[in-house]
Amino acid sequence: MQTFRFALGELPPAAEALRAEVREFLRRELGDAPPVLRAHSWGGFDRAFSRKMGARGWIAMTWPKRYGGHERSALERYVVLEEMLAAGAPVSAHWIADRQSGPLLLRFGTEAQREKFLPVIARGELSFAIGMSEPDSGSDLASLRTRAERVAGGYRVNGTKVWTSNAHLADYMIATFRTHHDPARKHEGLTQFLVDTKLPGITMSPIIDLAGSHHFNMVVFEDAFVPEDMRVGEEGAGWKQVTTELAFERSGPERYLSSFALLLELIRAVSKDPGERAAATVGRLVAHLATLRQMSLSVALMLEAGENPNLEAAVVKDVGTTFEQEVPEVVHALLGIEPTIDSGSDLQQVLGFLMQRAPSFSLRGGTREILRGIIARGLGLR
Amino acid sequence: MNELRTILGDVVTRLFTALVSKDLLESAERGEWPAALWQAVEENGLTLPLVPESKGGAGGTWGDAFVVIRAAGRHAVPLPLAETIVGSWLLSGAGLDAPSGPLTIAPARRADTLRLARAGAGWRLSGSAARVPWGGAAHHVVVVAEAEGRPMVALAARGAAVTRDQNLAREPRDTLVFDGSPVVAAAPAARGVPASAVWLYGALARSAQIAGGLDYLLRQASQYATERRQFGKPIGSFQVIQQNLAVLAGHTAAADTAAANAFRAADRGDAAFEIAAAKVRVGEAAGVGASIAHQTHGAIGFTYEHALQFVTRRLWSWRAEFGGEGDWAVELGRAVAERGADALWPHLTAR
Repeated sequence: MQTFRFALGELPPAAEALRAEVREFLRRELGDAPPVLRAHSWGGFDRAFSRKMGARGWIAMTWPKRYGGHERSALERYVVLEEMLAAGAPVSAHWIADRQSGPLLLRFGTEAQREKFLPVIARGELSFAIGMSEPDSGSDLASLRTRAERVAGGYRVNGTKVWTSNAHLADYMIATFRTHHDPARKHEGLTQFLVDTKLPGITMSPIIDLAGSHHFNMVVFEDAFVPEDMRVGEEGAGWKQVTTELAFERSGPERYLSSFALLLELIRAVSKDPGERAAATVGRLVAHLATLRQMSLSVALMLEAGENPNLEAAVVKDVGTTFEQEVPEVVHALLGIEPTIDSGSDLQQVLGFLMQRAPSFSLRGGTREILRGIIARGLGLR
Repeated sequence: MNELRTILGDVVTRLFTALVSKDLLESAERGEWPAALWQAVEENGLTLPLVPESKGGAGGTWGDAFVVIRAAGRHAVPLPLAETIVGSWLLSGAGLDAPSGPLTIAPARRADTLRLARAGAGWRLSGSAARVPWGGAAHHVVVVAEAEGRPMVALAARGAAVTRDQNLAREPRDTLVFDGSPVVAAAPAARGVPASAVWLYGALARSAQIAGGLDYLLRQASQYATERRQFGKPIGSFQVIQQNLAVLAGHTAAADTAAANAFRAADRGDAAFEIAAAKVRVGEAAGVGASIAHQTHGAIGFTYEHALQFVTRRLWSWRAEFGGEGDWAVELGRAVAERGADALWPHLTAR
């Protein structure tokens, strides 16, 4: 069995110094944004905000300067992320590109792709979506069927992607298509592409979530032509690239802070005179939160030290999303107030929003069951 | 973790693996004092990690103590080792010499108060303290009590009267009665050490022991799941077992992190927030962890014959000792509420 290591460490002074600057910026930018808006966490999409982040040098923080990056440490980036999420800043317009698409291009993209895309992402001017899931391929990602056939100068794409968050707002998507089909080896033959969302042959339609909101899309490709130079990495290298990409997004502060706005409203509601029950509820949630922050930070420190904490990252996401989902339940059990959409108190609205959002916490970026399978493999069970 | 701490970890693991056998645990449960084990622990310099070298200790940190106490929990070491470590730290902080031999700490319950009063050139101790770990076996008791308006640390000989009792794991939890008994020595506690220090640092110690116990449960249950075969294959190949053990792994990791973080805070000074968070998080993990470990083991794990119970029974007791999750959650929640919602994030990130 592999051992789990969550060694504690301190953030370097440079990262802590940055924190004050970020807080001041957020105070100015978010002002008196209502709690229910802050509760959208990394779901809020605001291009103007992203451009300001870019101007501050808070996107692409760790990338090389020649690609518009700032060559700062991953820990400084971590501080910016956690401050953004704790404040409920609308980071969605640059979030995916900063977290996944940019690092993917840095690692596997061509020089031309890096030069074309990375500086624009760094300025907060280019928004990305991720095209992975398909109607018949959710957790079984290797069964993807959307075909990219080689044609003169590029690829002709046919198929359907679903649950593509913010594809209707994004400029590009990193999509994974099948370039080769061998039923015996379905992990092979997958290839990633940079796809301009405005290409002819792409039709998008909204998939409305249970709360009536539009962030998901169905993206249908009908003979859409993707030029050769938009392929990311070698043909057939998609599976390896996708799994690397997913590992970027497992242990960050976004995996335990999604319900933070609700915890704050709970504290606001009970802080004047917390009875024993309310105090115990708040205390328990804060104990979990404080522990998760240390776990997440520990993974960040390991990443910065060049280690490979894949297993620890999976643990953080599993424990973190469990906590995020528990917060609305616990608030309900304590107060029994009605969750609302746009009436009642801030607390009721935040509760209503997060109660409806919570089921997605353990689905997005790999389901809880898949994550626990990864952890079980680390335990030597499979 | 620094290199010295890694070596320390190897030393304690080797020592406990060699000496803490099933036979030894069973004899301890019958009430025998494991003298040879204590001697080995003392000779290896594990009892006084926080006492300066000039005073005969190891001159180490709470971080070092975490390694020792966690390992003691992992191996279900039937000694007041955690209590001796906390007691000797309290003594040396007050400028008092730590005697050799096992120590315990009192009062162990928040409801009990011991009174320290000046008598001539010395001090006398009175009052009763229940559930004192190894109260009858320890050579001395370290007491923290408020006297003359400040927290005092006193070193007392075993109480005037001892009533024996035990916890679920049959570890001694005795009632000590002091009837104006003269103490060996007393002095003001170190700066920053509150009158509730025994309660607070007792909880700190238990959090490390529980984290160690959970590490044992995770390894033991994972191992068992690869060995035990049903339906023609190892039970660990069933997804439902895998999912359960992954949950146990999450709680174990959280418990370890929470406990280690509290010990780190103790090295920095004021650790009340982290200790409360640790005892809450670790106590919750203990309940879930014991449940999953037993479920994985099936009926064999429910027997006295199988060693699993040495740890699970300890976890069920330890999580309630020096305050259960509920007590500490209330304390933590009140502190958070008092600071207010807007202070939560700045407070968390400043720790």
